[in-house]
Amino acid sequence: MAQAMTTDAGSHHASALDTPPTSAGAQLRARLLNALQTAVPGCQVLTGEENLAPYETDALPVYRQLPLMVALPDDESQVQGVLRECRRLGVPVVPRGGGTSLSGGATPMPNSLVLSLARLTRVLEVDPLARTATVQPGVRNIRISEVAAPYELYYAPDPSSQIACTIGGNVAENAGGLHCLKYGLTVHNILRVKAISMDGEVLEFGSLAPDAPGLDLLALLIGSEGMFAVVTEITVRLIPKPPVAKLVLASFDDVETAGDAVAAIIGEGIIPAGLEMMDKPAIAAVEAFVHAGYDQEAAALLLCEADGNREEVAEEVARICAVLQRHEVRDVQVSSNEAERLKWWSGRKNALPAAGRLAPDYFCMDGSIPRRAIGKLLKRIQGMEEVYGLQCLNVFHAGDGNLHPLILFDGNDADQLRRAEDFGADILERCVELGGTITGEHGVGIEKLNSMCVQFTPAERETFLAIKRAFDPAGLLNADKGIPTHARCAEYGHMHVSGGRLPFPDIERF
Amino acid sequence: MPLPAVTSSPVLERLREQIGAARAAGGMLRIRGGDSKSWYGNPVPGPVLDVRDYAGVVAYDPAELVITARCGTPLAEIEATIAQNGQMLPFEPPHFGPTATLGGCIAAGLAGPRRAYAGAIRDYVLGVTIMNARGEVMRFGGQVMKNVAGYDVARLMAGSLGTLGVILDVSLRLLPVPVATHSLRFVMDENQAIETLNHWAGKPVPMSASAWHEGELLLRLSGSKAGVQSAIAQLGGDLVADDGSTAYWQALREQTSDFFAPSATALWRIAVPPTTPALALEGAQWLEWGGGLRWWRTPEPAAEIRRVAERAGGHATLFRRGTNTEGGLPAFSSIPGPLAAIQRRLKAVFDPTGIFNPCRIDPRF
Repeated sequence: MAQAMTTDAGSHHASALDTPPTSAGAQLRARLLNALQTAVPGCQVLTGEENLAPYETDALPVYRQLPLMVALPDDESQVQGVLRECRRLGVPVVPRGGGTSLSGGATPMPNSLVLSLARLTRVLEVDPLARTATVQPGVRNIRISEVAAPYELYYAPDPSSQIACTIGGNVAENAGGLHCLKYGLTVHNILRVKAISMDGEVLEFGSLAPDAPGLDLLALLIGSEGMFAVVTEITVRLIPKPPVAKLVLASFDDVETAGDAVAAIIGEGIIPAGLEMMDKPAIAAVEAFVHAGYDQEAAALLLCEADGNREEVAEEVARICAVLQRHEVRDVQVSSNEAERLKWWSGRKNALPAAGRLAPDYFCMDGSIPRRAIGKLLKRIQGMEEVYGLQCLNVFHAGDGNLHPLILFDGNDADQLRRAEDFGADILERCVELGGTITGEHGVGIEKLNSMCVQFTPAERETFLAIKRAFDPAGLLNADKGIPTHARCAEYGHMHVSGGRLPFPDIERF
Repeated sequence: MPLPAVTSSPVLERLREQIGAARAAGGMLRIRGGDSKSWYGNPVPGPVLDVRDYAGVVAYDPAELVITARCGTPLAEIEATIAQNGQMLPFEPPHFGPTATLGGCIAAGLAGPRRAYAGAIRDYVLGVTIMNARGEVMRFGGQVMKNVAGYDVARLMAGSLGTLGVILDVSLRLLPVPVATHSLRFVMDENQAIETLNHWAGKPVPMSASAWHEGELLLRLSGSKAGVQSAIAQLGGDLVADDGSTAYWQALREQTSDFFAPSATALWRIAVPPTTPALALEGAQWLEWGGGLRWWRTPEPAAEIRRVAERAGGHATLFRRGTNTEGGLPAFSSIPGPLAAIQRRLKAVFDPTGIFNPCRIDPRF
């Protein structure tokens, strides 16, 4: 989503201001623009509504806000310069990578500067012996595996948006993907991060050594939704590419049986490389879109991948199939070649665009629950479809217990939007009730702020707010994301009753 | 159902009272579990806050690969419980004595031989409940593998050495014990061992531990039967008998061999990037973790040891003081200025008046 514009009228290097100040926002913009032109003369800055429009939202387009301006630094010192000037003038900063956040993590704050890292796209070093790659934050996730490929190495976390999302954004969100069960999340695959604080200080988190002295701030930084510091350099761990991968495709007549089969595979002591599940509406949607060859009569589909060397994979596939046979499976197939394996995966990987064909808008929820509760939650979601009058497709990382219900709606219909938001919040609260969490890998952003009020006590939220202040005392860095204010939770608590039905449904709310 | 939030019990009330009294008096507390690792880190002044009687497994469902247990639970009890279901703590923590507790294990953040190939403690921490210096009980993270709601305070607790609060309970991800494990022995010099271990780590070889000492490289392979057998055929070396192999890795994990026995010379733990060639230090060495961890018995001055470690991009910990070690020497390499300021502010978030284990990590907080 992030794009660099080089020749538009609103693109400045050292030009005069083109918009006369007409309001407090415009005055602030003029002061900031002058400050940046003086202090960071080489840094490109975008203003003007037509230039800012691509930055007003991310992959959650129901939330929109035009920023004051967008800065597109070319190097670390420009990032530092921009942050220092914003800090001096008290301008909020919203860092942005590929703009693929599904939780509104890159939505601009009012009167903010969007700091796009889209031009920091250099791969600085690949060290095959140490199995590391050091890259700038704007490097796309998939590119890391591409540059590592000649050494038969790759970067494991593979969010579905991996062709577009950046590693900087992955660090901010602790992104997951399809293979986390065996290979971990972003936090398990990052060794070292260089970042600039809101005060303009250069910070180095982690180490190329196994650990660093003091508290493990790297673990705290990863997943902090760009609220602690702006990442400028990342060293990732590369791992050997498994020579062989085989995908087992199994269909079931009942979602609960499929859920039980998932628990049984794990209970057997098998850690598959991927263990994904889709329900019937999701199967129908993707089959119509990519023709992956799925069993459309099935109530649920499991995709279970084994990887490693040839002997290991053969052994694991046999064990997986044996477990499946004990769980009333309708049909089991094992991929016979790479083309077939990729075709089967393409269905799962295209679930979101397939949902996009069925309705003008969808919310992709991201609850996480203990695996044993999968069947129970799916049944609850089916009931909610009737309550809210909206359709929901379910795809999920079954091995991790991480569900992605896709709620279909039309955002131009205010009532549908409200019902979709309530539907989503209802699902997330059921996840908390089942011993899970409101977000497994997409982040809180602005989308799930209200649900944070449900998952955490006031003392826990105060701890989060205080941690934020420890990194960013002025509260300027992406400060409206991730953690709700106490006032917001008080408001939400007043108007919220469970089941998604609000008291006084007719009054206007904001 | 979510685990019930226990915010009050006789033990918790006792802890809360002791913490409140210390806070009111402007005092300090040394948090102690089984007292098996009190020698680790800088010495802590203040009376003991004993947390051993907050104990027991809270939840364990083998099919979920997650256990939740209280801080005072003996580490040996946790390991025995999960072993009955063919599961293990993947980071293979050292106990350093039969009294070791789960809380102490998490607070110390020390991992064993499997660390280089399976990950650190923090990689397996899913959630914690803590008590802060105000006596508030708070939960962070949870019992599920994927969880990005709120900042990752749970992982921050691993290795925090009790400086942020009392770790009341912890939820850990477990892994199945691999079906097959065998060890191989090779004769090679140090630099050749470092190069070889890094080279193998870039190949799909199911390694689970490695160590080099006095010209001998030991490699442990763990995985499926077929995977381990094919690696043995591919790598060569001498197969070590199973009981010898188990004893070797156990002795390394618990540091029971002569090399690690109490001595006049300090034991240094030097963590460096794994490809770092042999360090230019005098003395004896045991290398682990694919080259990333180097244990040294060296008479060289602390400043020189730290300079060598830091020049290589790592750091040096005074792990066990020797009888000749000068008093007052800080246990850990110095934390760089801007990070130290953040760490000091973070400590204040949980413990504003500095009650819990002051100076244990850094004399500044």
